[in-house]
Amino acid sequence: MNLSVDFAGVEMKNPVTTASGTFGSGAEFAEFVDLNELGAVTTKGVANVPWEGNPTPRVCETYGGMLNAIGLQNPGIDVFAKRDIPFLKQYDTKIIVNVCGRTTKDYVEVVERLSQEDVDLLEINISCPNVKAGGIAFGQDPKQVEKITSEIKAKAKQPVIMKLSPNVTDITVMAKAAQEGGADAISLINTLTGMKIDINRRAFALANKTGGMSGPAVKPVAVRMVYQAAHAVTIPVLGMGGIATAEDALEFIMAGATMVSIGTANFHNPTATVDVIRGMEAFMQKNGVKDIKELIGCVE
Amino acid sequence: MADKMKSTATVDSQVMLSDGIYSMWLKFPKEQDVASKAVPGQFISMYCKEGSRLLPRPISICEINKEESMLRVVYRIAGQGTKEFSTMQAGDTIEIVGPLGNGFALKEGKNVLIGGGIGIPPMLALAKALKKDVTVVLGYRDSNLFLKEEFEPYAKVVIATDDGSVGTKGNVIDAIREEELEADTLYACGPMPMLRGVKAYAEEKDILAQVSLEEKMACGIGACLGCVCQSKEKDSHSHVNNKRVCKDGPVFDAREIIL
Repeated sequence: MNLSVDFAGVEMKNPVTTASGTFGSGAEFAEFVDLNELGAVTTKGVANVPWEGNPTPRVCETYGGMLNAIGLQNPGIDVFAKRDIPFLKQYDTKIIVNVCGRTTKDYVEVVERLSQEDVDLLEINISCPNVKAGGIAFGQDPKQVEKITSEIKAKAKQPVIMKLSPNVTDITVMAKAAQEGGADAISLINTLTGMKIDINRRAFALANKTGGMSGPAVKPVAVRMVYQAAHAVTIPVLGMGGIATAEDALEFIMAGATMVSIGTANFHNPTATVDVIRGMEAFMQKNGVKDIKELIGCVE
Repeated sequence: MADKMKSTATVDSQVMLSDGIYSMWLKFPKEQDVASKAVPGQFISMYCKEGSRLLPRPISICEINKEESMLRVVYRIAGQGTKEFSTMQAGDTIEIVGPLGNGFALKEGKNVLIGGGIGIPPMLALAKALKKDVTVVLGYRDSNLFLKEEFEPYAKVVIATDDGSVGTKGNVIDAIREEELEADTLYACGPMPMLRGVKAYAEEKDILAQVSLEEKMACGIGACLGCVCQSKEKDSHSHVNNKRVCKDGPVFDAREIIL
């Protein structure tokens, strides 16, 4: 049985990684799962300088999902390179570094800094709904998507994944724009912008008022968008959005994703990543699937 | 193996202590014995069976029985998740991750423990662990004095109630002043206004205060950065003025944080 996939030229032992922001840089979850088992670890977004993030409450639960407005708190690229990359290098897993910024210059600075580091892929977050500048502002305009992609590609040494926002009218336009800009892959979906009101306090549940929705409730939207995006471009797709089980992950793969990310499920079940890998193996065993690649995009 | 673990606990018993306040004893299997590693001030993540409720509920540990591999939690129904827990009966199973966070540092000298409302339960495990020179100041809304009698074998008990029906009328700091309690160390858990009062009182008296914070959490293990509090200095992990309540806390030296 073969679970390995080639993703934008990088050989992954299996198609499972973590959704940025739900797994830190792996250290906290290493107490629950063997990171060696993961195809890749995708780290929390890192900027050129430390970011404080938003005020609390930053998270709340919704029916079958949650909202978050962390605001991309991160220690900055210098600390990340010194502490988090060496930590992950101890493991036999690929490293996907998620990069965030407020301006194109911020992103490029991080990307250039990472060109000296031994990491496998870069994932560019142009879709965070919780920061005022940068983030989603880049991800909702196809011209901006193409422009920032090409500027990053000009400096990047590693393959570049552009992470797309679902908060757009037509995801295929954004997927094509990323491809036009030279992206090696795309990932989707980031969170859906949402809001929750606490009727007893007559106040917003989150200090930021709005937050990004994730969890099982968003999965059908995510599967639809992954299917549409995968059919609009020729570059590989990293699919995510509400994956909690192997069955969920296989839906994304059959819709056209070459790899999948486990996100919010890590909060519900700290061993979700390896549970999904085990479940995929069991499905393949039961159904006589010898190679996971047989299933990628098998539902036309 | 790390101290924290995922475990399937069995409810040993559950009773209602007061209106909306429940006491549950959880028994852990030997191979995933969360109780064996627990210390006063830590918490556990309790997971709902209902799949639409994704996030764990962080609940403080009220008592620790290592011999029997058991932990006691006393919690208030605050929403649908805790309501679900309150319907559980002896023999039911529940998914737990724990023990989580850092407990209280046990100090010599005169210890004054301060619990307000649903911040009272963790003080019981602490009072039992400190053993000597323990005074506990409990703040309630009214004469519904849950857990009060259980403190009596371990500590001198002082009561403050909002409505004045028992003990000092007012808050826990009012009671400390009224009783002229002397302290070398304060240990506190309760609502934010109370913790601010404790921090201010400790500064006034120039004594150590350890405060246990509560914040909305998602992962409970330090990865998601959902539950941060503001720190006075740049934190060595985050490199900004934020500490994680779940992992760096929930117990903090009051001088280190901004409330």
